[in-house]
Amino acid sequence: MEDPTLKPDVRATTPEELAARKKRNLWLGLALAGFVLLVMITTIVRLTTGTGISGRM
Amino acid sequence: MKPRIMMLVVFTAVAGLAAASGITGVMMHPAMAAIAVLAVALGSGAAGAINMWYDADIDAIMSRTSTRPIPSGAVPKDEALTMGLIMSGVSVMLMWLASNWLAAALLAFSIFYYGVIYTMWLKRATPQNIVIGGGAGAFPPVIGWAAVTGNTPLDAWILFAIIFFWTPPHFWALSLLAHKEYAKVSVPMLPVTHGARATRLQILIYTLVLIPVSLSPLATGLGGWIYGVTAGALGLVFLACALGILRSKAGDEGAPGADMKLARNTFLFSILYLFALFGAVLAEHAAGLHFPVFGA
Repeated sequence: MEDPTLKPDVRATTPEELAARKKRNLWLGLALAGFVLLVMITTIVRLTTGTGISGRM
Repeated sequence: MKPRIMMLVVFTAVAGLAAASGITGVMMHPAMAAIAVLAVALGSGAAGAINMWYDADIDAIMSRTSTRPIPSGAVPKDEALTMGLIMSGVSVMLMWLASNWLAAALLAFSIFYYGVIYTMWLKRATPQNIVIGGGAGAFPPVIGWAAVTGNTPLDAWILFAIIFFWTPPHFWALSLLAHKEYAKVSVPMLPVTHGARATRLQILIYTLVLIPVSLSPLATGLGGWIYGVTAGALGLVFLACALGILRSKAGDEGAPGADMKLARNTFLFSILYLFALFGAVLAEHAAGLHFPVFGA
């Protein structure tokens, strides 16, 4: 028989909380994608112009 | 984040970046320059988030700051700190990737300066809080300059000095209007600790220091005719405002409405003054309108 004290205290998430979480995740995802894009751009620029690469500039 | 401060920070950083290119002839790749400016904006936002996390208790009490994200409940306090720390790291890393270690180190130090030295150590401890703390807001043009050239010559520090000496009269004009709010939360702003009269005198003294400092770019060749005329004319207006404030009762108990309006107008004018000065630097060096006053 299942011990009721071991049951996790689970509360149903409200639609507002779900919407807020979705919005937060979307912004986090966009921020991460933006960061990756910026790192990619700096890498490409450094590789194509030779800036900061030892022996080239 | 504090959008209006961020705007000023970004603008002065762009001016520093343009001036460095104009003076030295070193050009940054446009994409790298854009990322460096973004890094400064992110760093400024990060420092603002750390400031608002630490000051959430007093921000909730003062009506001017009670609508900020933490006291208004829009952002949980711990999340603001996390966001501030992550953004600090990201901004410094991006600056390093886009430019060089010196610009990244200066950005990291300026975030530390604002978030820790000013916010945590000075603001609630001394009436000199905004004088010393003003250094934090003065770094952006130096960072912009360092991003381009990898060093910080005298011209970069002159731009720093302009913002540094501009901060006290700018902020004290505001504090003459809001000193009761600061007294309510025991923040030792000058009008709270030394009274409105002493503050009005200090506004004039710092304005008298600011004017020659603002004209020093003419001597080094950083500023040309456009800058000179702008700094000279607006400096005289600033001086007139400071003298007017000295003669007024602004900040005193029961001060006439006109005197309080003068303090408010001086505060607003000081913002225009800094934008105009750095706008002139930007116009001269980014638009090729730099005509030196003293030969060169």
